Amino acid sequence: MSKRPFLIPFLVPAILVAVIFLAALAEILQYSLREFIPGSLDVGGFTLDNFARIYRPVYFKAVINTFVLSLATAFFTLILSYPIAFALVRTKVEWVRTLLILLSITPLFTGEIVRTYAWMLVLGTNGFLNTMLLDIGVISEPVTFMYTRAGVVIALVQFAMPVMIIILATAISHINTDYEKAAANLGARPWTVITRVVIPLTMPGIISGFIVIFAWTMSAFATPQLIGGGKVLMISNAIYLQGFSALNFPFAATLSVIALISAFASLALMKLIANRLERQTAIH
Amino acid sequence: MWRQTLFWVIVSCILFYMTIPAIVVVMTSFNPGEILSFPPNGFSLRWYEKALTYPDFRGAFRTGLIVALISSTLALVIGTSFAFLVVRYVFPGKNLLEGILSSPLIIPHFTTGFGFLLLGAHLNLNQTLTIIIMTHVVLVLPFVARAVYVSLLNIDPNFERSAANLGASPFMVLSRITVPLIIPGMAGGWLVASILSLTEFSASLYVTASRTQTLPVAMYNYIREYTDPTVAAVSALLIIATMLILMAANHFLGLRKILAIDSH
Repeated sequence: MSKRPFLIPFLVPAILVAVIFLAALAEILQYSLREFIPGSLDVGGFTLDNFARIYRPVYFKAVINTFVLSLATAFFTLILSYPIAFALVRTKVEWVRTLLILLSITPLFTGEIVRTYAWMLVLGTNGFLNTMLLDIGVISEPVTFMYTRAGVVIALVQFAMPVMIIILATAISHINTDYEKAAANLGARPWTVITRVVIPLTMPGIISGFIVIFAWTMSAFATPQLIGGGKVLMISNAIYLQGFSALNFPFAATLSVIALISAFASLALMKLIANRLERQTAIH
Repeated sequence: MWRQTLFWVIVSCILFYMTIPAIVVVMTSFNPGEILSFPPNGFSLRWYEKALTYPDFRGAFRTGLIVALISSTLALVIGTSFAFLVVRYVFPGKNLLEGILSSPLIIPHFTTGFGFLLLGAHLNLNQTLTIIIMTHVVLVLPFVARAVYVSLLNIDPNFERSAANLGASPFMVLSRITVPLIIPGMAGGWLVASILSLTEFSASLYVTASRTQTLPVAMYNYIREYTDPTVAAVSALLIIATMLILMAANHFLGLRKILAIDSH
């Protein structure tokens, strides 16, 4: 009798899925090295020309744009999610807790399209926000939110918040409240307790939340596509444009390889910074 | 005291920002006119009627449901057995396999979708249900495996050991002891996987054709062509359905437990 009776039957399906997935990724790599034949979906011989093209300003700008938008989204998501996560963990009123969970988690499960469409209704020139602001008299002419980076970030932050709230709430729930009580007993003001005790103790959660949201935003597609409307170009939109408008699959594949490399590279960079930060906060 | 009040005012403002899109969608969906207006100048169900009878949405909903049911069930079987291996066995290449299978969490969905589009073309499965289901299994597998993994870590190994000592075969132990103990994790993982599959857009846009499009893809195509609030009606229905499912999940499984948030 084998000591690991289920090894083979349980391993085969997992390996099969992994092989299929790797094959799909290998196809992208293969296409990125092929010559594009205009007007045809067939590809030519092997070439490195596609990679030479990515230095053109428009693609370079898309990469930078993706990076900046992801950074901004992760930052604002963190700021807005922290109070919600704190309230969620610390409230003693059961219905408030249930309401907070339902309201903050539901957006996670409605999908990219529903959320993006909803924000188009809010941010449009004749949308909800402009109508409200005009009625109150804060503005005299509609503000342009659509087709701007600000509009894209406003929508992206809302999508990212549920995940950030879950990560932060987990971190906050692991704090031993005795530390806060001790600080307060020793005369620390509430604000000092928050900044000197609570936030440092949840630093691992803050860092991992920031990294997760950063990576997540790098793969945003529907929001920059519809709210950015071609004016805000992220890598995802450039790939779609090349693949489905220009039908240049080899170059779309090359941009996908770049997207993959930049996703992994920025994750590695952030992990490096995070490790340093964590070491510093651990010393204090 | 004023600090407490200020804190709850801030929390309410942030919650307002999080929920305003959903509120506006529901308001718009009942708007009688073609052109959106705030506040709505009446009440009408015409967009619901149009949404529910529009052939593209009906077909896409059916396709999406089939894809979600098959792929989340496949992911449940594959993910559960893989999580079992990860928790219980040591074997060569374990970390590598774990890394590959969880990488769809980091790899952008549009990249995965594009890869499967090219693979589908290669295998002559272009834009068929088979390739769509393969894509969705890869995308939702990490969520199921994670949920089951956590449940497996939480069971007391003594149950399995005593069953084995009393003469139960390994298969008996698995089917009578282990699986019943991890059913909540499996149910939660399956539920999350099917919702994610139903609402997946970026990868699906690449691997579907108009014949095989799923609901989010059909909605995207509609938004690009028309400006009337039909999509608002579909969205409102989806938001309400999601809330009801989450409320049920909260009641039966405990969202705080699924999400591992617990205060001390």
